[in-house]
This record gives sequence, structure tokens and C-alpha cells, in this order.
Amino acid sequence: MKPEELKSQVVGILATIAPELEPGELRGDKPLRSQVDLDSMDWLNFLVALHERLKVDIPETDYAKLVTLDDLLAYLTQKLPA
Amino acid sequence: MIEFKLPSLGADMDQGKLLEWKVKPGDAVKRGQVIAVVDTSKAAVEVEIWHDGVVDELITKPGETIGVGTVMAKLSGAGEPAVPPKAAAPAPKPAAAATKPAAPARKPAAVPAPSIPPPLRKPASPAARKRAHELDVDIDKVTGTGPHGAVALADIEKAAPKPTTPAPPAPDRQAEMRKAIAAAMSRSKREIPHYYLSEAIPMHRALEHLARANEARPVTERVLMGALQLKAVALTLRHYRELNGFWRDGGFQPGAGVHVGVAISLRQGGLVAPAIHDVDERSLEELMRALADLVKRARAGSLRSSEMSDPTVTVTNLGEQGVESVLGVIYPPQVALVGFGRIVERAWAEDGALRAAPVVTATLSGDHRASDGHRGARFLAALREQLQRPEEL
Repeated sequence: MKPEELKSQVVGILATIAPELEPGELRGDKPLRSQVDLDSMDWLNFLVALHERLKVDIPETDYAKLVTLDDLLAYLTQKLPA
Repeated sequence: MIEFKLPSLGADMDQGKLLEWKVKPGDAVKRGQVIAVVDTSKAAVEVEIWHDGVVDELITKPGETIGVGTVMAKLSGAGEPAVPPKAAAPAPKPAAAATKPAAPARKPAAVPAPSIPPPLRKPASPAARKRAHELDVDIDKVTGTGPHGAVALADIEKAAPKPTTPAPPAPDRQAEMRKAIAAAMSRSKREIPHYYLSEAIPMHRALEHLARANEARPVTERVLMGALQLKAVALTLRHYRELNGFWRDGGFQPGAGVHVGVAISLRQGGLVAPAIHDVDERSLEELMRALADLVKRARAGSLRSSEMSDPTVTVTNLGEQGVESVLGVIYPPQVALVGFGRIVERAWAEDGALRAAPVVTATLSGDHRASDGHRGARFLAALREQLQRPEEL
């Protein structure tokens, strides 16, 4: 999957969790959860949706690595089949 | 005869607007079935009925705003004979409902089948007949375009009254919700003599237990700390009945179960605190599913009347927003509210050794009319101990 394509999918999923999200204002290098106001339930729902859409399972132990949107995209790129 | 009244949907709601009926006269209903949708300032609430029976008459019309306690419909109880066919009465009823008698009456289980077919049946396809029943269309008045003038499905669709779409929720729902919260919280602070207690609880055991359990679970079944905390509160409350229930008419009434109201903030502002029932009796996995479902429906604005009306205690968790503790305002007529803050790492002394430990501050807001600080303190101490035994949760 191309990087832009992955990003648009991920942001699309985010928008289903946080409908008021303005994708244009999302900063890739700032903490994601505070920008989008995701509580732990939203975050879990987001991961479940990623899992369903991209077939990627993110273990809890990896949450700490996924602070920004850029972190998440890099992580997913690594996990997805090339 | 059963009168179906608009139930109270929480202390901050004294009226609601009927959006739609989910049943029509003649329908058999079961205990727990959703029979109406009522718009309140907080959500479109699916209102359940608590009797088995057969609907005789729908009194309130969609679009009407009515007060709590208003009789919305009349039903015959199971075992009771259904009220005689409405056609016999002078029927001050909406026209659509009055066209029903031709359809074979749906029968309550206890009544023997009145198997007399209507003498002259208009030719109609079975699909058309079924649809006519669903849409409340009088098949005898429909002009058939099928073979030999038989009524076809399309004829019914054409003859059906245009579905009355429920009015879109008022655009000022947020303002309404603000008002409702203001009323409930003002009443709370006016009437309830609150006392407040707090306790720092080490969480390493609970966190480790949860992390281990979640490792084995697929992402779709992972359990959040919030669910674990709810279960710990509910189990502890079993032994502190004076914190679980209602203050009504100058006295305390213990709750019939531990129905925990979960404070859920809505993304567009405001909050609701609907109940998860019998939290103390559910497994953690069940509880997590119930919690996820409740949050989803609360945010979509679709809750059930039983969830709105009977929480026996409320739990609020503001730790996600970063605060270390929350001293909450009790939701009347409840008598207690338990708050959790953020889990933070602290220097923690235990068994003569100092270590870094994750700690959460749990608080209790208690109604001093129903309980005293001494018992409240014992409750928080018991909650702390319960969270050191996460394997029991």
C-alpha cells in the first residue's frame, strides 16, 4: 500500500471514531490521542477498526510506541505485507 | 388492563417527546421489549415495557410532548382477554388504526384462537396481505391491479400513507442537555449533604493482571481498566448497601441490584450516566462488551429507558483527561458517586521498602443522610483491597 493511501485509510477510520475531526488540522508529529481527544475506549475502537480494515493486530505492549500519527503510520508500514 | 406510562428517565428528565411507536394495536408484547422511542434532552431513549400483554390502544401520538407518568398506551395483560374489537366502539382513534379489524386479530397466547375468517376476502397476494398488515393499510379499500383485480404488493406500497418520519432532534439539544444537567446538579447540591473521601490505591497488581490477560486476547476482546474498576466497585458495594440505592421520600431505599451508572462524556459536549445492570454478577469480558456497547449507544444518542432510570450508584473516571482525582456531584436520587483519577507513577512505600508504583486516587462522594464518613471510609479501604486481588474480578 502506498504511504498516502495508508494515511488516508487511517485518517478515515479516525474520522469514524471522532466525527468532528478536521483531517487538515491533524499534525502528524504531535501526540495523536490528545489532538483528537481519544479516550481509552475510543483508542481501543480505533485499533479494532484498524484490525478489521488492515488485518493488523497491535498488542497492548506496543501502545507506548504509537504516540503520533507518524509513529503509527511507520509502525503499520512495517507490519503490513509489502 | 395495563397502563403504560412514560417512565422517569433520570432525575433530570420530567418530560419527553414521543418520536415513534414500535408497536400497534393488536400486537403482543413481551416484558423488556422496546415499544416506543422518546426524545429527551439527552438521547432518543428506547422505552421498554415491563409486562407481557397485547396492545389495545395507543394514546400518545408521535410528536406529542408529555410528562413523566402520562398514560401513553393501554394493554391487556397476558391471560386477560383482549379488549373487544375496536370496531364496536365509537372509536375516537386515528384513522389508520381504525382500519384494522379485517386483519385476523393477533392473539395473546392465553386466548383461544378466534378462527373465524372474515367472510369475504378481497383477492390479494400473500405478500401484499403481509405488507398491508405491516403498513396498517385496509386491503379492502385498495384498488388491485393484479390478475382478476387482485391486490399486489405494489398496490399496497402505493396506498400506504407516507411514513411519518420522526422530526429531526431539536437543533438545540445541547442547550436542552445543559439545562437538564443544571437542574439535576442544582437539586443535588441543594438537597444532598455531600461528604467527600479519597484514597490512594496502588494499581500494579491490577495493571499486571490485566496486561497478562489481554496478551492472550485478540484486540476485539481486550478489557480496559475502566471495566475492571467498575467490577471492583460493584463487588465492594455488595457489602456497603447504604451506598447503593436511592434517597426517596425522606428515607433510604437500597437498590435491588448493583446497577452502576457510568458517566460518559459526549463528544459534542454534555454527559449521560446510563446504567449497566448487575455489574457485580457479570464476568469482566461481559462487562467490557456491555461498557463498549453502552458508550457507543450513548454517543449515538440511543439509550434504553431501563438504563436511564435505575442506576443505583454512579462511577466517573476523569483520569483519561489527566486529572489525579475527581470529587463528583451525586446524581439524585442516588446516594453515592465513586470517582477515579489518572493512574500515575508514585514513590510507594510498602512492607518497609520504597518502590515506584502506579497509583490511582479513588474518591467517594457520599450522601450524609444515607451513610456516614466512617462507613464510607471502610468502603474505600475495601475497594483498595479488592483491587489488590484482581484475579477475583
